[in-house]
Amino acid sequence: MKTGRIPQQVVVLSVIAVVVVAGFFGMRALFVPESFGKYGHYRADSVDAIRKLPIQYGGAKACAECHDEVAATKSQGFHRGVSCEVCHGPAAAHIEDPGTIKPTAPRQRELCPLCHNYSPSRPTGFPQILTAQHNPGKPCMSCHKPHDPVPPNAPKECSACHRGIWSQKLVSPHASLECSTCHEVPKEHSVDPRGFVVSKPTGNQACERCHSNAALAASAIPQVTSEHTARYLCWDCHYPHFPEGKK
Amino acid sequence: MDPSLLEPSTGYIYPNEYFLQWELLIVLYPYITGLVAGAFILASLERVFKVKALWPVYRLALLSALAFMIVAPLPLLAHLGHPERSLEMFLTPHTTSAMAMFGFVYAWYLLVVLLLEVWFDYRREIVIWSQESKAPWRYVYKALTLGATDISDAAIKFDDRAGRLITIIGIPSAFLLHGYVGFIFGSVKANPWWSSVLMPVVFLFSAIVSGMAIVMLIYMVTSWIRWKPIDMACLNKLGEFLLYALIVDFSLELLDFIHRLYESEESIHILSQLITDRLFISLVILQVLMGALIPIFGLVAARFGRLPDEMRRMIYFLVGILIQVGIFSMRWNVVVGGQMFSKSLRGLTVYKVHLFGLEGLLFTIGLLLLPVVILYVLVKLLPPWIDGQEDGALAAQPH
Amino acid sequence: MSLDKEQGPGPGIVTTAGPASTVEVDTAAMDRRQFFDLCKKALPAGMALLAAGTPISGLASAETEAAAGALPEPKMPSYAMAIDVEKCIGCGRCAAACKAENKVPPSPHYVRTWVERYVVPREGEALVDSPNAGIDGFPDQPEVDILKTFFAPKLCNQCANPPCVQVCPVGATFQTRDGVVLVDDDYCVGCRYCIQACPYGARYLHPEKLVADKCTFCYHRITQGLLPACVEVCPTEARVFGDLNSRSSPIQRVLRFNPIMSLKAELNTRPKVFYANADQEIR
Repeated sequence: MKTGRIPQQVVVLSVIAVVVVAGFFGMRALFVPESFGKYGHYRADSVDAIRKLPIQYGGAKACAECHDEVAATKSQGFHRGVSCEVCHGPAAAHIEDPGTIKPTAPRQRELCPLCHNYSPSRPTGFPQILTAQHNPGKPCMSCHKPHDPVPPNAPKECSACHRGIWSQKLVSPHASLECSTCHEVPKEHSVDPRGFVVSKPTGNQACERCHSNAALAASAIPQVTSEHTARYLCWDCHYPHFPEGKK
Repeated sequence: MDPSLLEPSTGYIYPNEYFLQWELLIVLYPYITGLVAGAFILASLERVFKVKALWPVYRLALLSALAFMIVAPLPLLAHLGHPERSLEMFLTPHTTSAMAMFGFVYAWYLLVVLLLEVWFDYRREIVIWSQESKAPWRYVYKALTLGATDISDAAIKFDDRAGRLITIIGIPSAFLLHGYVGFIFGSVKANPWWSSVLMPVVFLFSAIVSGMAIVMLIYMVTSWIRWKPIDMACLNKLGEFLLYALIVDFSLELLDFIHRLYESEESIHILSQLITDRLFISLVILQVLMGALIPIFGLVAARFGRLPDEMRRMIYFLVGILIQVGIFSMRWNVVVGGQMFSKSLRGLTVYKVHLFGLEGLLFTIGLLLLPVVILYVLVKLLPPWIDGQEDGALAAQPH
Repeated sequence: MSLDKEQGPGPGIVTTAGPASTVEVDTAAMDRRQFFDLCKKALPAGMALLAAGTPISGLASAETEAAAGALPEPKMPSYAMAIDVEKCIGCGRCAAACKAENKVPPSPHYVRTWVERYVVPREGEALVDSPNAGIDGFPDQPEVDILKTFFAPKLCNQCANPPCVQVCPVGATFQTRDGVVLVDDDYCVGCRYCIQACPYGARYLHPEKLVADKCTFCYHRITQGLLPACVEVCPTEARVFGDLNSRSSPIQRVLRFNPIMSLKAELNTRPKVFYANADQEIR
């Protein structure tokens, strides 16, 4: 019972193999999405679908189109870089339908501390408060205008913006020193911090006023000879805001 | 407070790492494919390398491999978020993805290797049974002949030659099947617990170990159920090969371990923490001690010691079970262990097995029992027993 | 819709502009109410134009306009983000905006972007946390002797050599021609191999859609000339978004003047999220 000289098994299996392979290519032709492979191994239509997803945040420029006065105020203040929707929430729907859909406006103390509550991890110079101690219970808005957040009174303490440094210094042997002992602080710095920059000591003289063995100082203050400081600036080794103290 | 916010993890994990992505089902998958590859390689020992002592388990090993192979894709399918889209893996396979190759490796192995091998091996009997059995079975066998009813001497000789050829193709295919499963894990550079060139090799040898052990177990259990004597020569030979494979497997795992320890890369701290805090029982106790060391000693004693046969059978049986536990733990340690530490290398998360649901324990046990059911049907349909008959004789009676 | 214009508005994309800018009108000549009415009428038309792939007129550069004449295709943008760690104040507004913009599940265990806090003590390992992705701030302060401490926002690194795309078995996650790695919701089988392959923990399985999900650089926004939501709301410009192929993009300045590092550079994923002034603890 042979089909020519090809064994019957081979014939049968060949037929099945052809059916399977044909089925495979048939399925491919039938089920592979049309846009698949247009630009790469993916559905090109998917890119379109993703591009058409709805937008929630309209963008600060769109806000400024109508709220030009607020935008103008804000552009001069410390919050110029803060987009409207940071505080007012996503407002794309409001842009499309300004009459009925209104964005929220936070009026209590819930939002501002997210940025301005003190955290040592925040960069120094960023204005921070201890929320629990800073006029507890009072809405931030009662003193600070969010669109032009100048404090009603210029901060007197450096800790308003440099609390990390301040709190370290507080527990260090330098606790009794004023910031102005080493830094020259222009009066305007507290209202225009970037315009009027605080100076930093440039040489060892600043430290030597107290720590040189030639200086007139209390015996509790460690003193060194000029050889000790040769080649180095004092703060190459000692962190001035948190020096080691006397062993 | 939302209970999910009570972090059971230690250290820091990325927010998205809270849930494990691959759970019990994906532990099951390499375990089952390992059984397939191992059982097939065992069968090929008889067929290609002419280890005559293994003749009593040759067909049983083939049918076991087939039974496990049928179940192998089910855990994968069940774990998919969209199983209905699984055909995409065949239709638009991404050539750079190890996982996309699964469909093809699986299809090749199931269709071209296992089914063909079984078909050629049983074809003469199928044709005879299709003529001799009673009504319903008759048609089943008729269908199974696929229309090829020639059982002349020349045709049978062709069957034999074809079977041998397929087995020869089948060995590298079995290596491919399981080596590639190892590659799926070993090639993930983001995961230091997985990323290792040894992973495919370790997977392969653990597959051989688990496959041989499961065939040994199946052989012993089926013999007991059928009240037939166990062929001790066959069992001893099986034990011997199992011992060799186990030693190679254990050495490779040890090499991998020592290599990691010695290279001591950035990840070593979190990985040592992983082993001591999370995987101690499943890795040190179950995988190494109970899954490798005790079986090695047991096999040495049973194979080379002067023990009564009854004692040997007992040891082989216990060793077979311990090896299954050990290899399953190995899959667990790879799959689950690899997700229990954060890729930030700063913390560990936890994983609790659920009882219910697709990723649950009950479903897993069900999937583990399914091959037994399939094997039962296969054995009824294509009896593999030889019971003291001559090589090539028609052993079992059809229905 | 034709994808020929997939590059969107072309170079100069990073200057923020709302959809409203699609209508060029002399606003000085009318009051606000009239302007609204005009917007209402013009917006759908503007949107339709957008949907047809037309570059926003206000943003279209000479290059793109030349392309409208079907001549040489303008250079594809190569979107990228720079994160200046020194500027991040850890307010978590980025993570909150991302959840709102992209309808990310509210659970803290599904995030597209998150803010990590690093506290490096004088002795011992750095402490890292990210409670609810940083959305509610960082109320608890670890009681350690701090050497230094800072925040680090994280997101999909939009790798130029993305391991997630490499391992996707079906082509459901892919890199667009402008370099953004996206997920095709309607094609993903939910195998989660990409989640395993991502070294940054940027992906998760969406609990309802059961497909992989991750940051898209707000692809629906950037292709319209808007900024990604996280960049839009970042109050300190710690996040800067731009086009690497445009010389006049704000990202160029960040890259020029700062020491830059990529996360897990040793894995050769070549991220398009660049970290400026970042500490080696960030990983």
